[in-house]
Amino acid sequence: MRNTSFIALLIVAAAATFAAMLWVGNPYVFFAGYVVLQYIVLATAWNILGGYTGYVNFGVAAFFACGAYSTVVLHKLWAPPLVVMILVGGAVSGLIGLGTGYLTMRLRGTFFGIATLAMSVVAQTLITNWPFVGGSRGAYIVRPAQALYLPLDYIQYLCLVMLALSVLALATARAIEHSRLGVGFATIRDDELAAEASGVPTLRLKLIATALSGGFMGMAGAPLPYYVTYLDPASGFSLSYAVNTIAMPLIGGTSSWLGPLIGAVLLGTLQQVATVTISSALSLLIVGLMLVGFVVAAPNGIIGWFKPAARTSMRRLRGSR
Amino acid sequence: MDLSFDLQGNAIVSGILLGGFYAAVSIGVSISFGMLDIVNIAHPAFILLGSYIAYIANTWWGVDPILASVVVLPAFYLLGVGIYSIYEVSFERRGDTSLRGLAFFFGLLFITEVTLVLVFGVDYRLVEAPYIGPSLHFGVIELPLRLLVPCLVSLAMLGTLQTFLSRSFLGRAVQAVAQDPQALRLMAANPTAIKRVAFGLSIATASIAGAVLIIIQPIEPSIGRDYIGRIFAIVVLGGLGSISGTLVAALTLGIAENLTATFYGPSWSPAVAFGILLLTLAVRPSGLFGRA
Repeated sequence: MRNTSFIALLIVAAAATFAAMLWVGNPYVFFAGYVVLQYIVLATAWNILGGYTGYVNFGVAAFFACGAYSTVVLHKLWAPPLVVMILVGGAVSGLIGLGTGYLTMRLRGTFFGIATLAMSVVAQTLITNWPFVGGSRGAYIVRPAQALYLPLDYIQYLCLVMLALSVLALATARAIEHSRLGVGFATIRDDELAAEASGVPTLRLKLIATALSGGFMGMAGAPLPYYVTYLDPASGFSLSYAVNTIAMPLIGGTSSWLGPLIGAVLLGTLQQVATVTISSALSLLIVGLMLVGFVVAAPNGIIGWFKPAARTSMRRLRGSR
Repeated sequence: MDLSFDLQGNAIVSGILLGGFYAAVSIGVSISFGMLDIVNIAHPAFILLGSYIAYIANTWWGVDPILASVVVLPAFYLLGVGIYSIYEVSFERRGDTSLRGLAFFFGLLFITEVTLVLVFGVDYRLVEAPYIGPSLHFGVIELPLRLLVPCLVSLAMLGTLQTFLSRSFLGRAVQAVAQDPQALRLMAANPTAIKRVAFGLSIATASIAGAVLIIIQPIEPSIGRDYIGRIFAIVVLGGLGSISGTLVAALTLGIAENLTATFYGPSWSPAVAFGILLLTLAVRPSGLFGRA
């Protein structure tokens, strides 16, 4: 019941956002908005595994790029509708997540992080050596001028699709939080050994989280070739995807669906502005510094500032002064 | 047939030389991850920092890159001590090393890389030294000095570290921390102080590793990422924290990569490390020489 009203609320918010973007009318709003929305999906997906179970995925770029490259493959084969590409991209990346998780998650938690980090490099090697998708030269994708059934420019359509994906990701994340699954995830995060001992099927839950998280990242990546129209391995596997995606939940707060959303909107917008006004390299440096600053100084992120526990400790600090 | 034998022989020999260099690159992580349980994924970025310092010293003042790296060793040691102090206060004390501790090092990796890009650009940089270029020949086997010198420097560094860890009081204390920090606390010793020294040492090795890296290949800020997979493959295969294990694993990877590059093309060699890493984790997570 509560979930349905939450979804309704999300859809209303999404519709309002899209109406506002149409009202502004400037096409740049859609180009910038697409990136911010893409990061909402990525950050929420990352948080399903990272925030809820405590396993760090550094291979965001790999999952994301595999979704994008599955679109390139499909486009070259018979160019199905975008929805099919998104589903295939999600399935491919979900399976990659499942495989990596199965091989590494039976061991210490950090091995998974290391394996995902190394996996990015290998996935990039494979794509670079695959001439069908353009190899290191990259692939060109012609973006259609108009959306199929809607009276929209294609970039507006892409933005709308990404908006729908963000709603789906946020609704899934919140539904997980309020379900048995979410409780199971939390036991893994808090004490995996104790959870295992009390009969929580930890490996199965971790694999569910990895597959879901990887799947959403693949879905976020699937429309990318149509957005950039030229995709090469170096840009698809760029480390900045991983840094942004990890920084956003950690800055916003990892304990609930709201954290990644706040982090993605804040950091995504900030970056769009900084890229235009300063330089893209410097804006990435800002993200890196904010990431380190937040994990050191504000471990609960922005939403931690508004939690009652945080407030009492602040009061205690003030009292002792 | 004859040609392919020559090719194989040369691939194995240069693989061994490359492996010696890989050992120098990995030894820092072998100490920090293997002994101290600190997952320093930023290590390759510090190695590149060392490379760029060697580059500056070499192009501005004509100093030998290895000599330059030895001179800045104390600075790298202090950098390591500083980083560990932040890490200890922010993550080890809070008991939050797995999620935020990892993200912390990931952030450091990224900050270092972007800073190097902003300062030096993305052009490939290289150094000049008398031993870059000539080769020794033994029959059909060719020994390029450009690989031989880094290999010898790496072996010297490994030997020194091994002696330090097994003979000196402080070195044995580090090994004690690796074995059981809790027990150390019960004996009224301070594991944090010992870990600070050990982490400083592990970052100090990045200085020398950086100098030998820029001797072996021209560098640009993002190549450090290629080494993450290699380093962790070596450290895990070597059995987490054993110096001789690290050396054997590094040689194995060097030979495997060189054979792959010779017979399938160099663009495939980054995949070798990952294959070895996954295989080790799946089949024998304790590494070649690990206990149980």
